[in-house]
Amino acid sequence: MFRPVPPGPSGAGRDLWATAADSPEFAELRRRLLRFVLPATAGFLVWFFAFIGLTAWAPELMSTRVVGDLTLVLVLAVAQFVSTFALTAAYVRYANRRLDPLADDIRGRLEGTHL
Amino acid sequence: MSIADPAGTDVPAPTLAAAAPAPGDPVLNIVVFTAFILFAFVLVMRVRRRSGAATADYYTAGSRFTGAENGLALSGDFLSAATFLGIVGAVAVAGPDGYVYAVVAFVAWLVALFFVAELLRNTGRYTMADVLGYRLRKRPVRAAAATSAVVISTLYLLGQLAGAGGLIALLLNITDRAAQSAVIAGVGAVVVAYVLVGGMSGTTWIQIVKACLLLVTGLVMAAFVLGTSGLSLPALLSAAVANHPGGEAVLQPGLLYGGSLTANLDLVSLALGGVLGVAGLPHIMMRFYTVPDARQARRSVVWAIWLIGAFFLLVLVLGYGATALVGPQAIMAAPGGVNSAAPLLALQIGGPVLLALVSAVAFATILAVVAGLMITAAAAFAHDVYAQLMRNGRATAEEEVRVARRTTLVIGVVGIAGGILANGQNIAFLAALTFAMAASANLPTLLYSLFWRRFTTTGAVWSIYGGLTVTLTLIVFSPAVSGTPESMLPGLDFAWFPLSNPGLVSVPAGFLLGYLGSVLGRERPDDAGYAQISVRALTGAGLQRRVTGDPAAPPPLGRHRTGAPGRAPGSAPGRAPGRVAGPVPSPAAGTPGRGPASQPGGPVPAGPRGPVGVAGDPGRPGPPDAALRLGRNRPYRPGDAAGPGGPRR
Repeated sequence: MFRPVPPGPSGAGRDLWATAADSPEFAELRRRLLRFVLPATAGFLVWFFAFIGLTAWAPELMSTRVVGDLTLVLVLAVAQFVSTFALTAAYVRYANRRLDPLADDIRGRLEGTHL
Repeated sequence: MSIADPAGTDVPAPTLAAAAPAPGDPVLNIVVFTAFILFAFVLVMRVRRRSGAATADYYTAGSRFTGAENGLALSGDFLSAATFLGIVGAVAVAGPDGYVYAVVAFVAWLVALFFVAELLRNTGRYTMADVLGYRLRKRPVRAAAATSAVVISTLYLLGQLAGAGGLIALLLNITDRAAQSAVIAGVGAVVVAYVLVGGMSGTTWIQIVKACLLLVTGLVMAAFVLGTSGLSLPALLSAAVANHPGGEAVLQPGLLYGGSLTANLDLVSLALGGVLGVAGLPHIMMRFYTVPDARQARRSVVWAIWLIGAFFLLVLVLGYGATALVGPQAIMAAPGGVNSAAPLLALQIGGPVLLALVSAVAFATILAVVAGLMITAAAAFAHDVYAQLMRNGRATAEEEVRVARRTTLVIGVVGIAGGILANGQNIAFLAALTFAMAASANLPTLLYSLFWRRFTTTGAVWSIYGGLTVTLTLIVFSPAVSGTPESMLPGLDFAWFPLSNPGLVSVPAGFLLGYLGSVLGRERPDDAGYAQISVRALTGAGLQRRVTGDPAAPPPLGRHRTGAPGRAPGSAPGRAPGRVAGPVPSPAAGTPGRGPASQPGGPVPAGPRGPVGVAGDPGRPGPPDAALRLGRNRPYRPGDAAGPGGPRR
């Protein structure tokens, strides 16, 4: 487990949380989390505001018929739902495979339950 | 958002609104309402018998709910009467523009999934202030976070109760103002009783039942609607076009938003405040504490996303169904305006019985949402202001819960009084206001405190108070309050801010103030506190078991029944506020009984692996050295997924 580290020459102490936070495992966990959520957030925000922007500034384009009476704005609105469902499923899959094992490992070390 | 008041649509204005009678059979509706109230009361009493009197039980139901249950409760908490009746009506009258609000409110859940649910569950116990207290000076941030939670919840509550008057007029055919006031007071009193008796367990079960009712009703109605058009969505859209005075306009944007640059920016502003606001709403955040761990918190959001998404897709069908089968003129002419679309549609396709069911669902919706808001505001006041600020963490669990109950009463009375006063006022802006406040005050603080090393108390205080103030100021001086015929005060004009939705300015302002306060303030960031909150947030360490050697570890969750002083994370000893590097725990004191293996700096003996010590039990030997291989000196190889620690737990 992570242990308190004695004060260094500077006199600044390091507690076990800081030790854990500086460990390569934690850096990797953080990197993995951000590597998914930052691009995913940027992506869904751009896609979402594209929808809002098109609705506001390009109503003629959004009124284009796609199939039958179905207009582009309705298709894109439902597509927002589809993309949100897909991103949710992708995140759960990613978290289960790439985040949880590492987080469990670090937590196990900190709580002393990890062999 | 002007869902409740789709001014600017080219639907012919109703001329006989007041004269039209409410649809359906009020007696039947009252019978169904009463049945629901009694059913919910039995439920709450059963829940009460199973739960204790500790703070954890009252605020967070002892964190015993599963992800699926909490996901249902989240959707029950989130889908208010405005989202059900309001969006169906808005789609029926204004087409895609009416549906924009559903898209905003749904996509926003990704923010909750990625940044809020798990990280909040891992770091907090009851309120957002608990989270901030790990790395910021506790008293100022607790006061700020509690202010934000109480203000946002109370304003939201006010909007819900005021809207209840109109709904009751619609559903029970009560048009007399005094009688409406009495019903608002009755609704408020019922909710106060539920929250007092059932606490968070009772509130959660009401929300679960309501979510199930809402989803089943939506499903049944959508099936009926699609049945009338031969199960064909294109046929339904054609019928809607045929029955809408604007014809094909009902399938195109432009009926509600847009046109001028200001109107377009207002739509963007609504979208920004909404998409970032949902995850910062106090009553949504508090729900994440009712599950035991981050994995269940994640599961709750996933459930909520599927349920809310499915429901909003049904709403689209119901909205166009109302256009096709009821027609915009009939909707606008009925009492309640757009809100009457769903009830009228129910009457059309299923007769008075389905109408009574829809009315009961709408009523249950008010009860469930108001209950969630009340317990959130009560927790923020009793836990943060009373127990931590006024009593310095020395209040017992009984005292804290007593104060929480009294706060519930006070907030109930304030909400009822405000709801009666605001009944009939055009206060649709309250929803926009609370979402923008959550997005401008709570979300920046939460994100900065979890992810930005240099964030300080000054930054948090500036961000929360500044975000609230900027949002409130902008809305007061916006067209939503004065200056237009649709304003709350149509006779006055002191509006200088052109947008009805403040998000476009207030959200950047909230983030900027948090940044400036941290950079310009003289306070140095607490690196040790940042390290602690990062590790806790991402791993959940210390949430359910004591972290060996950490004096500040909270007691195990769900088994904490005494509320002894100094045991909440926010008041844990040994983490003096504001200190840059927390006190180095003495090895002897920090890991008592660990023997030479815990001597800092010394060689680590490769002893035999003993039985795994129970974390938090200092009397037994902990696991020896294996874990020590994990450390900053060991280069980490990407690819060893579980880390070097061998078998996963």
